[in-house]
Amino acid sequence: MSFSLRHVISMKDFTREDIDEIFELAERLERVASGVPCRLLEDKLLALLFYEPSTRTRLSFDAAMKRLGGASIDLGSVEASSVAKGETLADTIRVVGGYADAIVLRHPSEGAARMASEYSRVPVVNAGDGVGHHPTQTLLDLYTIKRENRLDGISVALVGDLRYGRTVHSLAYALALYGARIYLVSPPQLRMPEHIKSDLLESNIVVEETSRLEDVFESVNVLYMTRIQRERFAEPSEYLAVAGSYRLTSEMLSGVRDDLIIMHPLPRVGEIDSSVDETPYARYFKQSFYGVPVRMALLVKLLEGRDLV
Amino acid sequence: MKDGLLIRSIEHGTVIDHITAGQALSVMRIIGINNGTSAVVSVAMNVPGEEMGLKDIVKIEGRELDSREVDKISLISPDATINIIRDYDVVSKYTVELPSEIRGIVRCRNPNCITNTGEPVASAFTVAKDPVTLRCRYCDHIILSDIAEQLI
Ligand SMILES: Nc1ncnc2c1ncn2[C@@H]1O[C@H](COP(=O)(O)OP(=O)(O)OP(=O)(O)O)[C@@H](O)[C@H]1O
Ligand SMILES: [Mg+2]
Ligand SMILES: [Zn+2]
Repeated sequence: MSFSLRHVISMKDFTREDIDEIFELAERLERVASGVPCRLLEDKLLALLFYEPSTRTRLSFDAAMKRLGGASIDLGSVEASSVAKGETLADTIRVVGGYADAIVLRHPSEGAARMASEYSRVPVVNAGDGVGHHPTQTLLDLYTIKRENRLDGISVALVGDLRYGRTVHSLAYALALYGARIYLVSPPQLRMPEHIKSDLLESNIVVEETSRLEDVFESVNVLYMTRIQRERFAEPSEYLAVAGSYRLTSEMLSGVRDDLIIMHPLPRVGEIDSSVDETPYARYFKQSFYGVPVRMALLVKLLEGRDLV
Repeated sequence: MKDGLLIRSIEHGTVIDHITAGQALSVMRIIGINNGTSAVVSVAMNVPGEEMGLKDIVKIEGRELDSREVDKISLISPDATINIIRDYDVVSKYTVELPSEIRGIVRCRNPNCITNTGEPVASAFTVAKDPVTLRCRYCDHIILSDIAEQLI
C-alpha cells in the first residue's frame, strides 16, 4: 500500500500503513535532518500560514523544507497581512495556493484546516487548529515512542491539561491504532472531553482515568507531560495547587520501569524539573529533534509524485 | 381512534404523521408556518398512535414539502411519515429517511468552529441513528439533543 493522503488534517485520516510508511521514510531522513545535504525537494516552495504565534512548529517546518533543498515563504504576522483587512481564510488559501506547492496552516478556529483543504489546489498540512487537531505533533510524538521505546502494546500516561491540550487529543487517537493502554492523568477540571473518551473506548483499548500522578509511575512505559495553563483557572491558588501536584522531579522516579521515557511537547514551564534532564528517562529534546525528519517525510510524501499529475 | 375526527380533512396538501410527540411545533417552524401563514393548518399533539405511544400530526392545505424540509424533519422526528393528499385521498406516502450526511441545514454549536466564523463554507455533519447524533465534519463537535434549536 502506498501513502494515500493528499492533505494532512487529522490523525483520524491516517491508516496504520500511512503512519508506518511516513516513519520508515523519516528514519532514512534523520541523516538529512542532521545536516547531510539533500536536494529531494529542490524547486519546491512551501507556504507557512500561521494565524497564531508558534515559533517551534514554524521553525521545524522551515528547517525540514530547507534541509530537503526546498524553500519556504511566510505569511508573516497576521496584523501585517490581508487577514487584518478581513479577507476570508477560504480566499487566502486560494491565493496562496497559487504561489506555493504546499501550505502549512495554523489557525485559531477548529476545523480551519479541513475547510482550507476543500478550497486548496495544493496539499494543506494542519499545524494546529484551535483546540482541534495538530497531527504533525502527534506523528512526531508517536515516532519518538517508536524510536526510543516501541509502539505495540505500550502503556502511556497522558498527564496535565487533557481538556484543552490538543496534542494529547490527537496522540490518544493515534495510540489507539496501536492498541496502547492509556492512562489519563489530570485534575478533574481538565479531564479529557467525553467525545474523545468515547471514541477511544469504541476502538477497544484500555483507558483509565485518575487525578494522581503517583498512581501511574510503576505501570507506564511512557510519561507524556503537558503544560497546565494558568488561564484555565479562576483562582490563582487553585492553579498553584494543581500545577504543584503535576510537577515531575527526579526524586519521584525511583520506582519507575527501566524502559520509561519521559516526553513533553515543549516549551515546559515547570512541569518537569531540570533535575529530570540528567536521568536516563528524559527524551523531550530528542522528541523535538524528531519533529524535523517526521515533517520532512510528510512533505516528501505530499509533494513528490505531484509532478506526474 | 380515527384521527380524521380530531382535525378537519384537507383537499390538497400534506399530512405529516407519526411525528415524535412534542415535536409538532418544531416541524411547523421547519416548514415555515408562523403567524404570517395564510394556509389552512391543523395540528394535533399527543395523539395516541395505532401502535404504541403518542404522536403529533401536522396537516397543511395546498402545500408540498421540498427535500430540505424533509431532511430537517427526519433529524427531529426520524419516524415521521409524509402523506401527499389529492382530492381528499392519500396518493403517496413515505417515511422520512435520515441522511448519512447533511450540509447547510444545522448550525454547529461550537462557537469556535470554522463554520461559525463568516467563512463561505456551509456547515456539515455526519449523521448517526438511535438516537440521532450529529458530528461536525470540521470541528468534531457532537449534537445529540435539541437539534431543532440548531436548524438553520
Ligand atoms: N383528506 C385528508 N385530510 C386530512 N387528513 C387526512 C386525509 N387523508 C388522510 N389523512 C390523514 O393522513 C394520515 C395517513 O392516512 P392513511 O389513510 O394512510 O392512514 P393510515 O393507514 O393510518 O396510515 P399509516 O400507516 O401511515 O399510519 C392519517 O393520519 C390520516 O388521518
Ligand atoms: Mg395511521
Ligand atoms: Zn463544528
